[in-house]
Amino acid sequence: MTNQQRVKQFIVENFYVADPGALGDDTSLIEGEYVDSTGMLELIAFLENAFGIRVAENEATPDNLETIRRIVAFVDRKAPPPAKA
Amino acid sequence: MVLRIDVAEEASRAERAIREQVLGTLKRRGAVVGLSGGIDSSVVAALCSRALGRERVVGLLMPERDSSGDALRLGGVLANHLGIRHLVEDLTPALASLGCYERQLEAIRMVVPEYGEGWRCKLSLPSILDSDRLNLSELTVEDPQGNRKTQRMPLAGYLQMVAATNFKQRTRKMMEYYHADRLHYAVAGTPNLLEYDQGFFVKQGDGAADFKPIAHLYKSQVYALAEHLGIPEEIRRRPPTTDTFSLAQSQEEFYFALPYGEMDLCLWAHDHGTPAAEVGAVLGLTAAQVERVFRDIEAKRRVSRYLHQVPLLVGEER
Repeated sequence: MTNQQRVKQFIVENFYVADPGALGDDTSLIEGEYVDSTGMLELIAFLENAFGIRVAENEATPDNLETIRRIVAFVDRKAPPPAKA
Repeated sequence: MVLRIDVAEEASRAERAIREQVLGTLKRRGAVVGLSGGIDSSVVAALCSRALGRERVVGLLMPERDSSGDALRLGGVLANHLGIRHLVEDLTPALASLGCYERQLEAIRMVVPEYGEGWRCKLSLPSILDSDRLNLSELTVEDPQGNRKTQRMPLAGYLQMVAATNFKQRTRKMMEYYHADRLHYAVAGTPNLLEYDQGFFVKQGDGAADFKPIAHLYKSQVYALAEHLGIPEEIRRRPPTTDTFSLAQSQEEFYFALPYGEMDLCLWAHDHGTPAAEVGAVLGLTAAQVERVFRDIEAKRRVSRYLHQVPLLVGEER
């Protein structure tokens, strides 16, 4: 499963997403009302556990966490996938 | 100045509404007002006193372990100034037996295990003016030597901290209703427009009331009204505080992005479609900073929908 799929699956399973098809990689999770600030704490805990990263206080920004695409890019920067042999 | 009001006319309008609502609609004989020593509850008490007569208003001072002595003293100053009856109800024993302080402590120790006797704490939000940050509360603790540290709380700790702290607002409201029921009075709510609109209240806590006579007024308008009503200067000059945590905390640190005067203007501008650049020029902020404040206003409105929501019934899904 790709990081994009893991992140999307977590969001769909943990928050109220009436139509998962409408949740695109560039949909704002906040303005689309999928994730509120409490949900954001849940999402951060998920990212830290699932990808073995630490989201620092100053990294909790819309630039890093507002959409699935940004989250995946952030995770990739923090925990680069292992180089292929 | 867009927020200027005719204070005499506004006071008369509020007083008429209070008389009609308390005596007519609610069929109660007077009003109970929780006095925090702050500007909002002082103005509400003054309006109630003018509307209903000072003999029909009771002010409640409800200190607890973490509240400032200043709040209690100024509440007393206000009650004496207005000549209304006032009662002091120390809520510390009730809050202690509900486990408010213990549960807070347990939540704090999830992130700061050494937190204990002599330490103090507060919850705050990062500044969205400095950088574009999500609204995630941070815990600041101070050890007995005055060393401070701030960190984000994990979800469970944060939720427990808020839930335990909410005992304070809800216990105060319970006490207000005790006296209201005993006297056949109504309970006055004291939010101003900023607080009411942005959800700066605890559901079934300070958000609960029978009438809310200043919820349509921006905070700076409440100050103007306070001056007109002759609220003692010491109360009018005191900076707004939440008086909820053991460390002193400003309201903008805890909830609002900006001090109230600027927040009032941003809220007004947001609701009247004023471009961010224009607002920024007036307030000395960049357009990008004002855009962030606008987004924050919308985010808080989304949160406040739950707080304002009356209980849902089956058959009302439309």
